[in-house]
Amino acid sequence: MDRSVTGRKAFTLPASDVPTQNLPDSSLLRDDVELPEVSQLEVIRYFSVLSQLNFSIDTNFYPLGSCTMKYNPKINDELSNLPGLANIHPLQPDVTVQGAIRLLKNLQDDLGEITGLSGVSLAPLAGAQGEYAGLLIARAYHDARSDSARTVAIVPDSAHGTNPASAAMAGLEVVTVRSDDQGNVDVENLRELANSNTAVFMLTIPSTLGLFEPNILEITKIVHDAGGLVYADGANLNALLGVVKLGDLGVDICHSNLHKTFSTPHGGGGPGSGPVMVTNELAKFLPKPVAVKTDVGYVLATPEMSVGSINGFHGSFSIAARAYAYIKALGQEGLRSVSENAIISANYIQAKLRDKYDLAADRYCMHETVLSAARQKKRGVAGLDIAKRLLDFGIHAPTMYFPMIVDEALMVEPTESESKETLDHFIAVMRQIDDEVDSAPELLHDAPHDLPVTRLDEATAARKPVLRWSAEV
Amino acid sequence: MASSAHTSPNHPYIPSTDSERAEMLGAIGVDSLDALLEDIPAQHRHPKLNLAAGLSEQELSTVFGSIAAENASPSSGYISFLGAGSYSHYIPSTVRSILQRGEFVTAYTPYQPEAAQGTLQVGFEFQTIVCQLTEMEVANAGMYDGPTAFAEACLMAARVTKRTKIGVLSSTDKRLSDTLLAYSKYQGIEIVEVAADATDIPDDLACIGIQSPNFFGEIEDVQRLTKLAHDNGALSVVHVNPTALGMFKAPGEFDVDIVTAEGQPLGVPMAFGGPYVGLFACKKAHIRQMPGRIIGRTTDTKGRTGYALTLQTREQHIRRERATSNICTSTQLIGLMVTVYAATLGKQGMKDLASLCYQKAHYAAAEINKLDGYSVKSSGTFFHEFVVTCPSAPPKINEALLKKKIIGGLDISDRSESGMLVCVTETSSKADIDRFVKALSEIGVSA
Amino acid sequence: MYPDDLKYSKEHEWVRMSGDIAEIGVTVFAQESLGDVVFVDLPEVGTNVEQFAKFGEIESVKAVSDLFSPIGGKITEVNSAAADTPEVVNEDPYGSGWLIKVELNDTAQLDELMDAATYQATLE
Repeated sequence: MDRSVTGRKAFTLPASDVPTQNLPDSSLLRDDVELPEVSQLEVIRYFSVLSQLNFSIDTNFYPLGSCTMKYNPKINDELSNLPGLANIHPLQPDVTVQGAIRLLKNLQDDLGEITGLSGVSLAPLAGAQGEYAGLLIARAYHDARSDSARTVAIVPDSAHGTNPASAAMAGLEVVTVRSDDQGNVDVENLRELANSNTAVFMLTIPSTLGLFEPNILEITKIVHDAGGLVYADGANLNALLGVVKLGDLGVDICHSNLHKTFSTPHGGGGPGSGPVMVTNELAKFLPKPVAVKTDVGYVLATPEMSVGSINGFHGSFSIAARAYAYIKALGQEGLRSVSENAIISANYIQAKLRDKYDLAADRYCMHETVLSAARQKKRGVAGLDIAKRLLDFGIHAPTMYFPMIVDEALMVEPTESESKETLDHFIAVMRQIDDEVDSAPELLHDAPHDLPVTRLDEATAARKPVLRWSAEV
Repeated sequence: MASSAHTSPNHPYIPSTDSERAEMLGAIGVDSLDALLEDIPAQHRHPKLNLAAGLSEQELSTVFGSIAAENASPSSGYISFLGAGSYSHYIPSTVRSILQRGEFVTAYTPYQPEAAQGTLQVGFEFQTIVCQLTEMEVANAGMYDGPTAFAEACLMAARVTKRTKIGVLSSTDKRLSDTLLAYSKYQGIEIVEVAADATDIPDDLACIGIQSPNFFGEIEDVQRLTKLAHDNGALSVVHVNPTALGMFKAPGEFDVDIVTAEGQPLGVPMAFGGPYVGLFACKKAHIRQMPGRIIGRTTDTKGRTGYALTLQTREQHIRRERATSNICTSTQLIGLMVTVYAATLGKQGMKDLASLCYQKAHYAAAEINKLDGYSVKSSGTFFHEFVVTCPSAPPKINEALLKKKIIGGLDISDRSESGMLVCVTETSSKADIDRFVKALSEIGVSA
Repeated sequence: MYPDDLKYSKEHEWVRMSGDIAEIGVTVFAQESLGDVVFVDLPEVGTNVEQFAKFGEIESVKAVSDLFSPIGGKITEVNSAAADTPEVVNEDPYGSGWLIKVELNDTAQLDELMDAATYQATLE
């Protein structure tokens, strides 16, 4: 808006080709619209320059734990933008969109095969919506059995914030189960907590510490014996493709993040897609719509006891299209290879940094490793400073201060997309930063130095919010 | 069951070679991948995935080409008059061009603001545009879509007023109340229908949820309904069409408390229903109850202007079960498309666009109204959608239209007898409209 | 750091008595743990609060904490300066950063609080 000059325009529309119609009463019409007045080049230049201020997967190593910042194949963007996919209206009769519904059905089947949970709905628009849908399904299941005492969601203390937030939205009381010092769910604590009030146990697999629960079969049995359902948060599915199926472990409901495991772009904060997968028994509760193949073709159907519509239409179709392209490009062996390489790369980083950084748990990790900057904190530098210093090397910081049960946590997930040279460079930089803790701590405290901005005053941003441009400011 | 580290030929998306993997396993101190998987129950390890083999890019293109070819759209010679929450508008080349920039597309949520000033500044511009269009004081950086934004707005009204009954006007799209129901089912909320011509409402409503233009395309009397709400201690929640705001008075002029909208018409392809973006704006006084991400302007240590996520304590990653919403990833990239679109159309473009849609829709309505057996039901003022009462069941008419490669309006006979909701935007030429009218006349006679 | 004339609760609030009126705020430890305070949510004057019950919330950039009243009674005054310029809680937590004043209805409640030395010991 600062660049607006009255009279400039970036676009022209065709003139009206219909006879002039009467306008409504002027009392209904607005006087003016305050929007930018710039030339088309100014639009292009403005946004192009802004893009250059970002770190991105295309330009930087981005080891954000639990975010799975893998390569977003460009062919997926191209194919999902084919006019026959981009220009179809969601309410067109099924017979006019057979290709689209077929794509959705095929993706449902593939996700069902990968997770071992064959009831699939692609409706949820993000992981958090998938979680919420999963919890609605759990509640519907218990309601259908007239078991109205089931009002508790058990959630590990290491859980991602969306888990308790989604549980609260579903009207469930959140009860926390402890993790032991190895980062596993404390099985005895779970045994004490699981009872006739348990609606669901929400577990991230592998956990938010990047670890696989060695007691998983016992855990799911405890919950089932108590009459509850097991919900798996599939944010970390990148460790499990072709390695193990969630359905085989006793999981009843899970969601997946297509914008993590299945390479669809993060877009700076979305759009995502969070399909929900369930056992056959629970499929009748899935949110609508579910793609179905009938004798007369493909249709979008509403399951018989569906929890309903959690959003406007059919989910993020062009995100689903990208994920489908990804799965088809990798195929049976490629997907297995994804997880196997992701696991090896994460363990490699862990092995090469464990002498300098504490580990959250002294065991092999899966696709991500949780380091702790506790040792560095004792020497005067916090995890935050290390994260900001990494930016100076063109490496995006790992996930920080999560999970909350690890002191000064730094969660590193390289993904299978990165070359060994990139991993070695990251390792070298982390070792250099550890040296700087003693030799040049001010470099760390004031980092980043080489970016368009230095550390921002977030306190003032919260105390005196300025949330839009205005002419006076 | 297969075991040991995988030794297939390299895939373009996976750089590690066999020898590099061997080196890394050596550094880890194990002989094989299996040593890293011992926590996984052996009987379930390495299941066979019953999926086809991977395809080359060329083969993938062929697969997708055939999927796309099976769908009817303007690119396969069809014209369409469907609206009802998703709209066909021309998308400027600037939007597609900026969307090619991988720095926007493949960036993460801007939790490290120093590395994300591009995403953050675009988000700040987006918030500004939403405020400008709606004339509201503050806006967030986007929700999933229109209906979820509406649902969250009603729940916010319940939090602000500490009341548990949500009123929804009877003339709204069922999608809005269906989504609200799914979101509020277990939160002790009761949804109450309010008649569109109500002059009185219960005094314990948290809000009146209004859609304008409503589901039938008509402009509601937002001023009257807002006063009715306020007189009873309720908030006014209004769901608008952003294209209409190029022409019609903005809700902010009527003291509305919360405004939501589907942002898809602003430069986002219809794409069979998503991804879209929900617009959300409210009065500054309610800002701590507003869900979603909010971007604020601030300064860095050298006094330079910068942008950062702010008021994060409302959100799930801090407040967890007491968060205003569970929303985490939303729709930032779609917000970018909207921002580029609005900057491209600009002040004059938005006005011209609204005018074009209005003119063409009213022309179409006038022509259809002249046909035997058809009548346009919409009284009041409509923007670019109107209801046609048809001489026979709309599904039969639509079936016949399809044979002429025309996708007719939405069958709404469940809400309006023999009703079809017709939408006309700037993407329909006069020739298209005339072809539609002619087809209706031919079909009306025989169906 | 922890003035001797104040009493302390385990939730890191302090109490300063003047007659029947208890002035209440958060300790240096609390404001340090929170970081820059950006918002304080305080109740209305005239509200009754029970001992150790929640009376409000305090937010920093990255965290939110409940505020628990060390004593019970009627709230007679609320510090609007803390609401308008929350940084005062960081800058002067025992002085101008006070949060609420409560009319004490039971002096025995003071016995349930800690003195400065005892509170400080709990922090180690």
